[in-house]
Amino acid sequence: MASAAITQDEKTNYLNADYGIKSWLLTTDHKRIALLYLISITMFFFLGGFFAMLIRLELLTPAGDLVTSDTYNKLFTMHGIVMVFLFLIPAVPTVLGNFLVPMMIGAKDLAFPKLNLASWYVYMLGGGWVLYAIITGGVDTGWTFYTPYSTTFSNTNVVAAAVGIFIAGFSSIFTGINFIVTIHRMRAPGLTWRRLPLFIWSNYATSVIMVLGTPVLAITLLLVAAERLFHLGIFNAQLGGDPLLFQHLFWFYSHPAVYIMILPGMGVISEVVTCFSRKRVFGYDFVALASICIAVLGFLVWAHHMFVAGISVYAAMVFSLLTFFVAIPSAVKVFNWIATMYQGSISFETPMLYAFGFIGLFTMGGMTGLFLGSLGIDVHVHDTYFVVAHFHYVMVGGMVMAYMCGLHFWWPKITGKMYPEGWAKLSALLTFVGFNLTFFPQFILGYMGMPRRYHAYPPEFQVLNVLSTAGASVLAVGYVLPMIYFVWSLRYGQDAGPNPWRAAGLEWMTSSPPPTSNFETTPVVTWEAYNYDEIDKQQEVPVAS
Amino acid sequence: MWSNLPLFPARASTLAGHVDALYFLLVAVTAFFTILIAALILIFAIRFRKQKHPVAKQIHGSNALELTWTIIPLGISMIFFVWGAAIYFTETRPPKDSMEVYVVAKQWMWKFEHTEGQREIDELHVPEGRDVRLIMTSQDVIHSFFVPAFRVKADVLPGRYTSTWFHATKPGRYHLFCSQYCGTAHSSMVGWVVVMTPGAYQQWASTGTDGSLASTGEKYFQQYGCSTCHRSDSQGRGPNLVGIFGKPVLLDDGRTVVADESYIRESILNPEAKVVSGFKPIMPTFQGQIDEEGLVALVAYIKGLGNGMANPPMPVNNPEKAPYPVPPKPEASQATPSAK
Ligand code: HEC
Ligand SMILES: [Cu+2]
Ligand SMILES: [Cu+2]
Repeated sequence: MASAAITQDEKTNYLNADYGIKSWLLTTDHKRIALLYLISITMFFFLGGFFAMLIRLELLTPAGDLVTSDTYNKLFTMHGIVMVFLFLIPAVPTVLGNFLVPMMIGAKDLAFPKLNLASWYVYMLGGGWVLYAIITGGVDTGWTFYTPYSTTFSNTNVVAAAVGIFIAGFSSIFTGINFIVTIHRMRAPGLTWRRLPLFIWSNYATSVIMVLGTPVLAITLLLVAAERLFHLGIFNAQLGGDPLLFQHLFWFYSHPAVYIMILPGMGVISEVVTCFSRKRVFGYDFVALASICIAVLGFLVWAHHMFVAGISVYAAMVFSLLTFFVAIPSAVKVFNWIATMYQGSISFETPMLYAFGFIGLFTMGGMTGLFLGSLGIDVHVHDTYFVVAHFHYVMVGGMVMAYMCGLHFWWPKITGKMYPEGWAKLSALLTFVGFNLTFFPQFILGYMGMPRRYHAYPPEFQVLNVLSTAGASVLAVGYVLPMIYFVWSLRYGQDAGPNPWRAAGLEWMTSSPPPTSNFETTPVVTWEAYNYDEIDKQQEVPVAS
Repeated sequence: MWSNLPLFPARASTLAGHVDALYFLLVAVTAFFTILIAALILIFAIRFRKQKHPVAKQIHGSNALELTWTIIPLGISMIFFVWGAAIYFTETRPPKDSMEVYVVAKQWMWKFEHTEGQREIDELHVPEGRDVRLIMTSQDVIHSFFVPAFRVKADVLPGRYTSTWFHATKPGRYHLFCSQYCGTAHSSMVGWVVVMTPGAYQQWASTGTDGSLASTGEKYFQQYGCSTCHRSDSQGRGPNLVGIFGKPVLLDDGRTVVADESYIRESILNPEAKVVSGFKPIMPTFQGQIDEEGLVALVAYIKGLGNGMANPPMPVNNPEKAPYPVPPKPEASQATPSAK
């Protein structure tokens, strides 16, 4: 293993290899592109978070008194669009994936470095377009763009927002293609499929969904724009169209999209749990296979969003059954992570705390998904705060937790600096507590019947809404804090050294930050993934200095 | 208003108890697994912490365990599936002789049309102890009819009828929400469902209408000239509509469709879509000429013709099967307004 070890003390790395704005904007280095993405995605995250804060403030009181109804409707729409399309979907693949996929497989870069850079520009163009739609008046259709409201009745910037999402979709497709080809073609000698880190498996599965699903979203949005601009009768019943057709097309992408969001996060958790348990992952094959099962089954459950929309009873039953099937691989993953901890040698650095948070919250998110998959219950809780709580448990409690987990775990690798551990632990704790306080009351609200997307609500729902808003403020601190100490650490953080966690994985066998070419000599892999027994037998970190 | 903190919705329909039972089972199972997982994390974190357990013991996995935690969750989730599907099956099939109310939703109000002729906005009066079926359509975007106390929800779509039903069990006022986002005043598209004792309902129902819905429909039937082609003998240029409702209709392309509400609506708006066998497609379209409320009246009228009567008496359901004694003189209260 030591053959792959190299050191780069005081030597050039990808950060100081070149200076100047041009060297960043024209870079084809996957690591620099990952940083470009990191900065842009963080901006969109805080923009979406800002909308969320306004929503929560409005909901402090039952009356719609802070903003007008139209403004409120725009706020939740833009919160959804920005968070889903510009943060959740790209976050882990384009930041952590971009940085890590080549490094984890011992490659110098992705298969198509220029396409990778192009994907960032396309993302920025799409994001800019969405910003333009927001600044020039906003959109009020909900991120779901349901017809015929979006095509005929809304008089907001629907087309501009749709075009923005349409464009951003191509960046997903580019990234997906790039990952698939890279993982197939560029693995280091000896790195067989069954030796791949599980992060790679989950990004592979994600890429397949991105490449197969995103075009459907693109077509759907084009049809919305076409109907809006040219009054083609596609979705509008008055023009001879079918409004349910839109829902089928939209969810055909947008259900798999929830797996685009969560799968890479699951990959992060597999890396972190093994590292801080000092153990091989329990049931490697099953965890890897579960990613693939999720990717495939995820395409077959879309109509569970339409159980009350007027689809046939028998179709509903089939989709309900398939929905229960798709839950199983996720459960298998959770059990395997727990089993990985068994007989481990566990330590509690920040990434591990985030991983614990993820497992707990994702379990609740997944279990409440069973409520929604169960037809009789879904009729009652569909389009209520129960659904809002459920998907925030999966998306924020799951995916954002995993993203933060990964960011802390690989921050030393990305920047060469350690973040302050105490503050980081505090932020993990605040996120967990704030999250539960924000979203748990919403389950109760939902079962009581509070519909989602309500600007004003009956007074008996107020207490729980106040709790939720209070939680959101705690959550906000939990997100702002890392922003501050990550930036702080760039200057004042301790030097991380190549492998501060003594972690397995090729990315740790090079200096931090890595050199532009990642590895001085191409590593040759002779060991299984997560060989923590071998690493721990060598007292020293396997990097000569 | 309500100073207390309710944490659970009122339970006011026959369905609510079933939904809640399954819900409680799901809550229990979720709590069990969440606590199990949290406990395992905690126990492992303490027992196998680095200080106490410095060297990890490598375990590669176990097919038996993998199988266990695949099959057990699958088995449990099949219970949820079957039970949930059973509830849904009842939920989506209205009992045969339900009392019917037509619902026309629009941005941002609910309009209810009772077959007896009462019209209401944002408030729906129904009797306790009867099956009530709603036949719903929207004039503009998609809305959704949601009464939490009944655990009932169904989207209301433009261009077609959807339907749902409930059987209220407790008199009271219950929230009605539009739960499908529908634009600016979505959150004001709310109202009340007022469940009344049968006696009180009867009293309410017998006041102030100008004719049953079907009789309004009859007026339209004359006014729009439908009666020139559709006659109750077989001499008209169009098919005799008496008794067609609920029966299969043979179309000229060989298909057979059942003449339900949606079919009648479509026949009026888009007659060429399904042409009755043996007739020429000469019926003009009434698209854009008759609004949803007019269509609802026409549908109710044509349905009433099913009994062979131009002006069907009020209770659509079978008196023998009615869950409460049929009021003494429904026909009398009906006859007055329709006679003028
Ligand atoms: C010019 C004559 C004409 C007029 C006016 C007319 N119809 Fe028709 N209608 C027809 C013919 C012919 C058919 C059968 C062919 C078809 O299905 O299009 C028909 C079919 C129907 C059917 C389907 C009948 C079945 O047996 O399945 C319904 C319901 C109906 N019409 C209702 C109406 C209503 C309500 C109006 C007034 C708003 C109306 N029609 C006006 C000629 C007419
Ligand atoms: Cu889904
Ligand atoms: Cu509505």
